[in-house]
Amino acid sequence: MTLSLAVLVLALVLSAGAKAKGTGYVFVSNEKTNNIAVIDPKQDYKIAQWIPTSHRPRDMKFGDSRRLLYVACGDDDVIDVIDVATLKVADHIPTGPSPEMFALSGDGKALYVSNEEASSVQQISIADKIIMREIATGAEPEGVAISADGKTLYVTSEVTDMVHVVDAAAGAVTDNIVVGTRPRRFLLLPDGKELWVSNELSGQVSVIDRAANRVTATIDFRPPGFRQVDVTPVGMTMTRDGKTAIVALGRANHVAIVDTATRKVEDYVLVGSRAWGVALSPDEKTLYVANGLSDDLSIVDMESRKAIRAVPVGRVPHSVLVDE
Amino acid sequence: MSASPPSIAVHAEPSETGEIKLGYVELADDARYINRGEHSGIVFTDLGRPYQGSQVAFEDARVIGRVIGIEFSMEKATAKSADELLQRTSDWMERDGVHFVLVDLPAVALKNLAHSLADSPVVLFNISASEDSLRGEDCAKNVLHTYPSEAMLSDALMQFLVAKGWLQILILQGPALEDAAMVAALQRSAKKFRANVVETRPFLLTNDPRNREQTNIVLMTTGVRYDVVYVADSSGEFGRYVSYETSLPRPVVGSAGLVPTAWSWSWDRDAAVQLQHRYEKVSPPRRMNGADWAAWEAVKAVTQAVMRTHSTDFDAVKAFLLSDKLTLDTVKGNPGSFRAWDHQLRAPILLSTADAVIERAPLPQYLHQTNVLDTLGIDAPESACRF
Repeated sequence: MTLSLAVLVLALVLSAGAKAKGTGYVFVSNEKTNNIAVIDPKQDYKIAQWIPTSHRPRDMKFGDSRRLLYVACGDDDVIDVIDVATLKVADHIPTGPSPEMFALSGDGKALYVSNEEASSVQQISIADKIIMREIATGAEPEGVAISADGKTLYVTSEVTDMVHVVDAAAGAVTDNIVVGTRPRRFLLLPDGKELWVSNELSGQVSVIDRAANRVTATIDFRPPGFRQVDVTPVGMTMTRDGKTAIVALGRANHVAIVDTATRKVEDYVLVGSRAWGVALSPDEKTLYVANGLSDDLSIVDMESRKAIRAVPVGRVPHSVLVDE
Repeated sequence: MSASPPSIAVHAEPSETGEIKLGYVELADDARYINRGEHSGIVFTDLGRPYQGSQVAFEDARVIGRVIGIEFSMEKATAKSADELLQRTSDWMERDGVHFVLVDLPAVALKNLAHSLADSPVVLFNISASEDSLRGEDCAKNVLHTYPSEAMLSDALMQFLVAKGWLQILILQGPALEDAAMVAALQRSAKKFRANVVETRPFLLTNDPRNREQTNIVLMTTGVRYDVVYVADSSGEFGRYVSYETSLPRPVVGSAGLVPTAWSWSWDRDAAVQLQHRYEKVSPPRRMNGADWAAWEAVKAVTQAVMRTHSTDFDAVKAFLLSDKLTLDTVKGNPGSFRAWDHQLRAPILLSTADAVIERAPLPQYLHQTNVLDTLGIDAPESACRF
């Protein structure tokens, strides 16, 4: 491992034992300004800091008990590693071309990264920063999800309208599930039985039965004032108990709040332009929505189910990640 | 680390295999491609045959086919005459089971081929001819158009001009038939969106000083008031010089300046860059143009229809293509489908300069009772098409 990453890991190991104290910050990646906005809800949602990153930051995930923040930077083909305590980029992990979304392996030691331009998902060792494996997919892979037991990886292929089911240990595709048009992202329900996939151009979410590897239901969305062809669902999140899911509806400028048991849409909340990234606050009372084409973050009160604020962020905000 | 070729390992053996064969025809001496877009050895347009566009989608089709157990294949024919065209397509249909054919043909050849095959089980995809007549009085039941019509292109431009308040339009019209068709479409669009054509003036490609009123741009654009100059120049030679030569300082639109198009390499939304890169890998040195995009869409349409019906039966696939269940990725934001009244693919149009897309049509100000994409082109009540 390189010296800087080794030093970082050593420093964190030495301070281990105590779990990282949550900053409470809300992180928003901005594709065109190449930075992450760090918003502090305790300071009235002020932007406490900007973290400059490599070019085109998109998906973000925490690692190492939230001491590290990984962000995929699509134009520089790296994952930036940010030290959450100092809010600075501490290291870079090289990836294949145009990394977009990624997931951490069950043991936290590897990243599975989708390469938009190379029709593959790469398994990258975090410590050694080498690509251990490359799994061929259909064109334009995006969403990557890993099962709770870390054994199964799911990847969407936007062009072939499929979900690939991958045996994580073998690094091989074991099944392919045909879904809707232009599948983007995943939601794994906590009971382990269902996998939801957002289909951007058929305006629906497909519900996959994980045991059968088949689509068993679809969820339609009709926010007020929009036709099905205008609804482009992308990002999804859910409450910890898995009972409520939130689906960002893209060009329909709304998010849908869905009861996962009945699969009925309970509410539509008007947010900003091209809503993709969504994340809940730790107490699940607030929802954050990244609006890619109005350059702002919507703050939605989950009790009244209304957007109460919009905070301007960088250009083309992509993802939101919330610390505890 | 080099990327592996895009082949997905399929571990589950497909329970049945079917096959679907596509065809692609073009004319060897297609006047549209001869001496166009090139002058003195300099290539100044992106005009070019769109076969490679179809190949990018065909590779994706093969990948999908391996998963669903259906084999995709595609044959290409470059015919020297209209008779040979008909012979090849008939042979494909009768001998080889090819029922879906992409056609890169001028309007007359396409119309005649469709007419000759009127009673045959074939679908012809028009991937490069924009003539409104093909969607109107010369429409054919066995033709689907993925390339936009002249009416769609001029409507897209007109929506933009009217939204900007640039309502007074001076037209400079070239000598070709295509130029007349462009002007006719623009005049219809001006009426539809309430703009005003102040005058239409002809230009000629000549250095004869006796014709200076038709060659000198300053003279041509003097003596009348206008907000914008529309150039109808299918040759591509004249239009690019009009900007900065006009008598009044005015934007140039149409064949030069701000151009309505099915595709621009500079479009960077909706995963366009990824498609552009996949195209450029198979087709240097030209960038993807509108006909490439239309060829790509045609193959994607067949792929989606086969995938969703899980069938290679001609009637089933054709029915899905014409149904409202088709949701084609246009790579321009909205899902595309074919209009029932004239078989034109409804899709957004890009308004582009040489290096940027200024606007995507339909503009948000324009509403429609069923689908905003139908604000572009001939709508059902106005259609002259009777299948």
